[in-house]
Amino acid sequence: MTRRMTMTTMLLRAAAAALFCAQAMAAPITLKDDRGHTVTLPEVPKRIVSLLPSLTETICELGDCAKVVGVDRFSNFPATVQKLPKLGGLDDTSIETLVALKPDVVVLGVSARVIDRLEGLGLKVVALEPKSMSDVQRVLGKMGQILGKDDDARRLWNRIDGHIAQSAATLPPGARGLSVYYEVDAGPYGAGTASFMGEILTRLGAKNIIPAELGPFPKLNPEFIVRADPQVIMVGQRNAGGLPQRPGWQAIRAVKNQRLCVWIPSESDVLVRPGPRMSEAAALMARCLREAAAGPVALPTVPFNAPPGGMR
Amino acid sequence: MRPSALLSARTAAQLTALLALGAALLALGLAIGSMGWSPWTDGGETMRLILWDIRAPRSIGAWLAGALLALAGAIAQGLFRNPLADPYLLGCSAGASLGVAALLFVMGISPAAAALALRVGMTGAAFVGAIGAVLLTLVLARGVTQSLRLLLAGVVVGVVLGSGSALLTLMNPDILRAMQAFMLGSTGYVGWSAVQVMVVAMALCLLVALGCSRTLDALTLGEDTARSLGQRLTLIRLLLIATLSLATGAAVAQCGLIAFVGLVAPHLVRSWGPTTHGALLLLSALTGGALLLAADIASRWVIAPQELPVGIITALLGGSYLLWLMHRRKAHFGGGSGGAGGGGAR
Repeated sequence: MTRRMTMTTMLLRAAAAALFCAQAMAAPITLKDDRGHTVTLPEVPKRIVSLLPSLTETICELGDCAKVVGVDRFSNFPATVQKLPKLGGLDDTSIETLVALKPDVVVLGVSARVIDRLEGLGLKVVALEPKSMSDVQRVLGKMGQILGKDDDARRLWNRIDGHIAQSAATLPPGARGLSVYYEVDAGPYGAGTASFMGEILTRLGAKNIIPAELGPFPKLNPEFIVRADPQVIMVGQRNAGGLPQRPGWQAIRAVKNQRLCVWIPSESDVLVRPGPRMSEAAALMARCLREAAAGPVALPTVPFNAPPGGMR
Repeated sequence: MRPSALLSARTAAQLTALLALGAALLALGLAIGSMGWSPWTDGGETMRLILWDIRAPRSIGAWLAGALLALAGAIAQGLFRNPLADPYLLGCSAGASLGVAALLFVMGISPAAAALALRVGMTGAAFVGAIGAVLLTLVLARGVTQSLRLLLAGVVVGVVLGSGSALLTLMNPDILRAMQAFMLGSTGYVGWSAVQVMVVAMALCLLVALGCSRTLDALTLGEDTARSLGQRLTLIRLLLIATLSLATGAAVAQCGLIAFVGLVAPHLVRSWGPTTHGALLLLSALTGGALLLAADIASRWVIAPQELPVGIITALLGGSYLLWLMHRRKAHFGGGSGGAGGGGAR
């Protein structure tokens, strides 16, 4: 009898604990976003709209891709998000479609003009701006908080960080310390040491020809690059076409010795997005450095194909 | 109407002075690079290459582009008897940017389009766009007989084509940075082939423009008077519009949309005293060349090794100068001299 009583008490206690747990799950989530605003969500959101490709990738990487109900036009990874309603870009978001999706939370970049409008309509908005490697870690943490998956987020970060370290550690000695010019656009705009790509290059032990004091993406005098004479040039396929023909560029070691790493658009996507595929970006750059150390780097065999709409 | 005015002593002195200024700026241009002041004395293979393949064509190209734009501006102001006329008033700039936007847009849609785009190139697309826009303006204005119709058609073409390129940029934000660079003008990639193209365009345009300068002089007295003086207005107008488009197209294709040089240079020349159009055209070209080359030098010097877009510097220089000129000579723009403001170009 007493035994049964204890059993019942235990069961009751377990039920209470479960209830308590559920309550904890439903407890409001409060976090400070990158604008400095404190946002309170009543519970873990079930319907999410993401207006930044890297945030979309982060949510999916944390295993909650099914909760995403709408994305911006640049989000194209993983493939499942391509079927979701496209809500335009950050400057021309189709507010009506977005509101009709009834999201519990909208995650987007800080620069978005759309934030005030959405908040005016009573939507919960979390603005996050991943620009550097440390931003990626912070944004991952915030996203874990929103999704109620703090531990998963921490594990994911450790995995990403580990992969990058591995990419760096497995580089042969000859591929270390190469001087690199990473071209973002034909302006010429280069990726400085302070940029996301620059940070990865530093982790891989490469020497970026653009010093940190010039900022993340300086518009350079073309003469500067000729004078710096990089051993390797990394450039997107869109801008690679005329590069060797630019006045004076034939003399650059990277051009002369064919150490030109040309990214096809799907690779460019990975390289420009500070998100969970950062380790893939590091692996791509490591591949380039390894090939450049071994001999002339082959150009991509596929013709340039990037229909309008992607962010490359 | 003094036929010898082209060679008057004052004009000759001004010509010499401007040529000397151009030469001095060219020398300075050779000494300014990505490290700021770095003259050619420190030798070495790289330095020789930088001097010969980068700084020399870039400096000469900037001078030529400025000269072409200023020549086009002087022609436009004379032809339309309007002090606000500039090389872009017939839609050249909007056409050129639409050409470039369309080129960047089709790249990547299919391999065939990309191959075609690579063959045409940015300069080709800009040139075709500029000339196409002028032709469109001529069609919309139904010929060249009416100045006002031409100007209005030019405005319409400019606005419509401009929004076209804006739409293409919005649809494919990948091209945003490249478009911005084009709109602000850049002399960074001017090589010897670009210089050759501009030299040929310059020679052609100067020949035609100087040949037609008497008609521009006659036009300052009004269209009817010019016609009664026996000028074949329609033919000459067509010739001059072709010249102004060629000059603008050639400059814009190589250096992007550079603001204000074409507008300011003729005003600068006029502020030195009355001239005939023959002298005005020549002097404007030399002044425009010096202006743009100076702006180019500043653009690579101010924040070296970074670059300011050269168009921003020309706009700053030109804008402040025009403002100063406007307040100094109220009669020039205040309408005191009567007519459409062509009073300066006598």
